[in-house]
Amino acid sequence: MTAGTKKFNSLGAYAVLYLIFLYLPVAVLPLFSFNDSQYIKFPLEGFTLKWYEQLAGSHGLQNALWNSIKVGLSVAVISTVLGIFAAKAVTRYRIKRSGFIVGVIMVPLVIPEIILGISLLMTFSLSEVKLSLVTVGIGHLMLCTPFSMLVLISRMEGFDKSLEEAAQDLGENAWITFWRVTFPIIKPGIIASILLTFTISFDEFILAFFLAGTDATLPIHIWSQLRFPDRLPSVLALGAIIVVVSTIVIFFAEFVRRGGVQLTKRSNV
Amino acid sequence: MAKSIVSIKNVTKEFGEVRAVKNANFDVLQGEFFSLLGPSGCGKTTLLRIMAGFELPTEGTIEIDGSDVTLTPPNIRPVNMVFQNYAIFPHLNVSSNIAFGMRKSGLSKPELAAKTEEMLELIKLPGYGNRRADELSGGQRQRVALARALIKQPKVLLLDEPLGALDKKLREQMQIELRMLQQHLGITFVFVTHDQEEALTLSDRIAVMNQGDVIEISNPGQLYEMPQSKFVADFIGTMNFFQCRLTEYSDGVAVGQSRECGQIRLNCDEPVVAAGEEFTLAVRPEKITLSFDELEDSPNVVFGRMGPSAYLGDRSHFYIHVPNRDEPISVALQNLTASLDMVRNTDRKVWLTWADDAAVMLPMD
Repeated sequence: MTAGTKKFNSLGAYAVLYLIFLYLPVAVLPLFSFNDSQYIKFPLEGFTLKWYEQLAGSHGLQNALWNSIKVGLSVAVISTVLGIFAAKAVTRYRIKRSGFIVGVIMVPLVIPEIILGISLLMTFSLSEVKLSLVTVGIGHLMLCTPFSMLVLISRMEGFDKSLEEAAQDLGENAWITFWRVTFPIIKPGIIASILLTFTISFDEFILAFFLAGTDATLPIHIWSQLRFPDRLPSVLALGAIIVVVSTIVIFFAEFVRRGGVQLTKRSNV
Repeated sequence: MAKSIVSIKNVTKEFGEVRAVKNANFDVLQGEFFSLLGPSGCGKTTLLRIMAGFELPTEGTIEIDGSDVTLTPPNIRPVNMVFQNYAIFPHLNVSSNIAFGMRKSGLSKPELAAKTEEMLELIKLPGYGNRRADELSGGQRQRVALARALIKQPKVLLLDEPLGALDKKLREQMQIELRMLQQHLGITFVFVTHDQEEALTLSDRIAVMNQGDVIEISNPGQLYEMPQSKFVADFIGTMNFFQCRLTEYSDGVAVGQSRECGQIRLNCDEPVVAAGEEFTLAVRPEKITLSFDELEDSPNVVFGRMGPSAYLGDRSHFYIHVPNRDEPISVALQNLTASLDMVRNTDRKVWLTWADDAAVMLPMD
């Protein structure tokens, strides 16, 4: 054993290199957001919070952030609700060729977004729908619903349908059965679906670029700011905030998911 | 005669091409322990689910306590079910599981708590109310599922192989408790099982099913001793079958001839075939006596040689090779002494015999 510990640990080295590769670019972001210079280069000039202050004063950015949150929340809720319906249909009813139907719904996952964006843009302009956050939301819904379905179908398959039958047998109709049995059991899947679809919508650029019209979402706003070198540091500050918030959300999602694993184990005993 | 509580009338259920239940017709009587017994895939669970309301029959009607419930959804039928895997709600504790169906009962919170505790006493799990579902053993989950259904005071309790997942000792203990509970409460039980011993132990009456058909409905003793068909005779317990031809019948005694075991004679009220026709003679292994001394040639005496044997503790099974017969005859004997000498008699000459009232006459397949 002692010989083994002295030996060069190649797996450990690989892991460390990989983590550096993964997190170095992310670490650069907050580092330069506190740097007192608008140029992204070493050596660092000194600590400042002015980019964050600039951020707080930018109406265009706040607007874009608010737009992205609105679209993200709506898309997350609607696609999750659609996902629940679809998952229930696929796992609970005897549907002919349900595999084929699921496949058709999953197609947007494999169509390049740029193609999806162009075809949606054509469809909207042909039917004379004015481009707005609503059209962005519709595009995101196409993209997010398959993810919701995947998450919820796997959750729904994991629990025994006799639990729902038992609730009906004990006097509850389908609606109350959903709220008293199905919902509490698939709740971790619902939360996971909401977080996942919100994240997808929140940083989606291509579809939003095609479909947003004059209402910029956050990724569009950031992209537009890159043309002005003096605004770059405040974009870095924004990026740093998003990284921190995302990390918190991921930890929360993982916490919920672990609760979910326990639930599945219990229902399978 | 007790009144009918469940009435199955001409019920057929098809799943696509498969006919899971074929024209079932029977009544379950008030207060009885009624079992649906058959090999897996025979349609017994489908029939139970039709009674519960989870499956709509393709044809026919179901009446419960005199009213037609064929189209009534499960949540408003006066029956409750114990599921095969118990279906205990994993997100609720034991008390909430038991009280689940009482939301619309109109009981106040303390009344309901008292009622739940009463049920916990009944299933011998007092003080378990706050346990989580995953903290229960298989037997305890089974009891909770039972309490959750019984608190609704159903007119009929439907049980779908509720003891299948338990180990043998626990299963035997639960069988006794289930039977006592049923007699104590006086509720009609409809019990699905593939275990013939379990059905014999528990039931007042048993419906034997095979490939969607209800083959025979009778009490356990009748099914075991006087089966009406080869399928039932074979499915319940072990049976030796002999192909015979009826030579003569008079005054309740049938005499026949068999290529395998010579002349046979049996008591029977009504022969299933006419003289000169073939029938199947069925003899249980434990009704055959075995002798190492030569017996004089008379009806119901067969000569053979000891084949392999199986020692089962309380009894042993012997397989006797008989000339003109492919399959050995199975004989079961109580191990009356502590000696193991019997099993060392392989290849010895033996004479088998059975009484005139030990055999059953069955139609050919």
